[in-house]
Amino acid sequence: MAKTHVTMKVNGAEVEGLVEPRTLLVHFIRENLGMTGTHIGCETTHCGACTVDIDGMSVKSCTMFAVQAQGSDIITVEGMANADGTLSALQEGFRMMHGLQCGFCTPGMIMRAHRLLKENASPSEEEIRMGISGNICRCTGYQNIVKAIQYAAAKINGVEFREAAE
Amino acid sequence: MIPGSFSYHRPASVADAVKLLSDLGEDARPLAGGHSLVPMMKLRLASPAHLIDLHGIAGLKGIRRDGNKLVIGAMTTQHDLLASEEVAKSVPILHEAALLIADPQVRYRGTIGGNVANGDPGNDMPALMMTLGASYRLEGSGGTRDVAAADFYQGAYFTALEPGEILTSVAVPVPAAGHGYAYEKLKRKVGDYATAAAAVVLTMSGGKVATCAIGLTNVHETPLLATDAAKAVIGTSLDAATLAKAAAAAEAIMAPAADARGPVEYRKHVGGIMVTRALQRAAANAK
Repeated sequence: MAKTHVTMKVNGAEVEGLVEPRTLLVHFIRENLGMTGTHIGCETTHCGACTVDIDGMSVKSCTMFAVQAQGSDIITVEGMANADGTLSALQEGFRMMHGLQCGFCTPGMIMRAHRLLKENASPSEEEIRMGISGNICRCTGYQNIVKAIQYAAAKINGVEFREAAE
Repeated sequence: MIPGSFSYHRPASVADAVKLLSDLGEDARPLAGGHSLVPMMKLRLASPAHLIDLHGIAGLKGIRRDGNKLVIGAMTTQHDLLASEEVAKSVPILHEAALLIADPQVRYRGTIGGNVANGDPGNDMPALMMTLGASYRLEGSGGTRDVAAADFYQGAYFTALEPGEILTSVAVPVPAAGHGYAYEKLKRKVGDYATAAAAVVLTMSGGKVATCAIGLTNVHETPLLATDAAKAVIGTSLDAATLAKAAAAAEAIMAPAADARGPVEYRKHVGGIMVTRALQRAAANAK
């Protein structure tokens, strides 16, 4: 099958590559661009480990073809740190609240939480849980992931983070 | 899991898409949100030789009021429906149901056209469209025609779409002011298809049901209109005996498949419960 030339912006930089039409976006990001932060989990659009941000939307990159991302503006977990290299509020939240166990789902969780907080800067616990309902953690549970997102929301909003009483 | 090889086409107009579909014949499939088709392709349960991506057709997107109808472009996503004030105001059951479809990432991509045109009995929008009396605009090389949602579904994945036709928009009559509505969906977890679901749109007058339509999701190879169940509640105040009668009338037309969501009897039983709950909640929120 003839390959197609694609160009897009990933984490602010123009990138290009040759792909078959059937090349999934997640494979383009990992294999052509060498950015392996975006993970491949279930491959069936359930787990959310492959979530990236495309033109202001959280998208499971295992269910979109790279050719469809032609001209898009994409953010992956590699683009989440602050410009000076320090951790962004979300990354810091996952670290401080230990929002992970094995960490495999974490890049997708961070990318989904990124868009969630862009759309709703002060989500309730329930809104966070519904907001990350397309991201599955198979190790343990969501308590610390929710706390991590609450921590980030508080930091972004410039208010003190208080953990809810257990 | 990587799909088989195919050629990718990205037409800029409906006319171009229709021409591609009719020229390429049965080996071509339109690609909308892709959240049904792409997983099927990865599992090699579908292997179209040509994909016609509809994302390049600007005219297929958007929600507009046209008299007493809401016209929704086929490439309008579930996320767009959730963001629409017009939908929330005039057809709130669409908002309620869209929120129960899959998860946020899927809702950013999943489209109303793909949801209703695929003919998957598990999809939520088809029964809702039948309940609302919606119609679908189909465009093909022979021209344009409108088909009632109630006449569209002929079997699992088998619809009134003819080869070469594309569903371009959905027209939803805006229900009467003050109508009550509810979409009750039992599912095993967030993101799942319904074990059984029921849509109700009704109006009340003097404490009694004046008009009522009931739709059923995933309890048959097609979405269903529970006409007898709806007739059974008209003129009543939805007392316990009437609710039981309506649930029984709805269960009588259900023929779900036994699957991981449960055996046939269980799925019918909870289908009846979804009808009962939807009727009660719709009546309670009618003004």
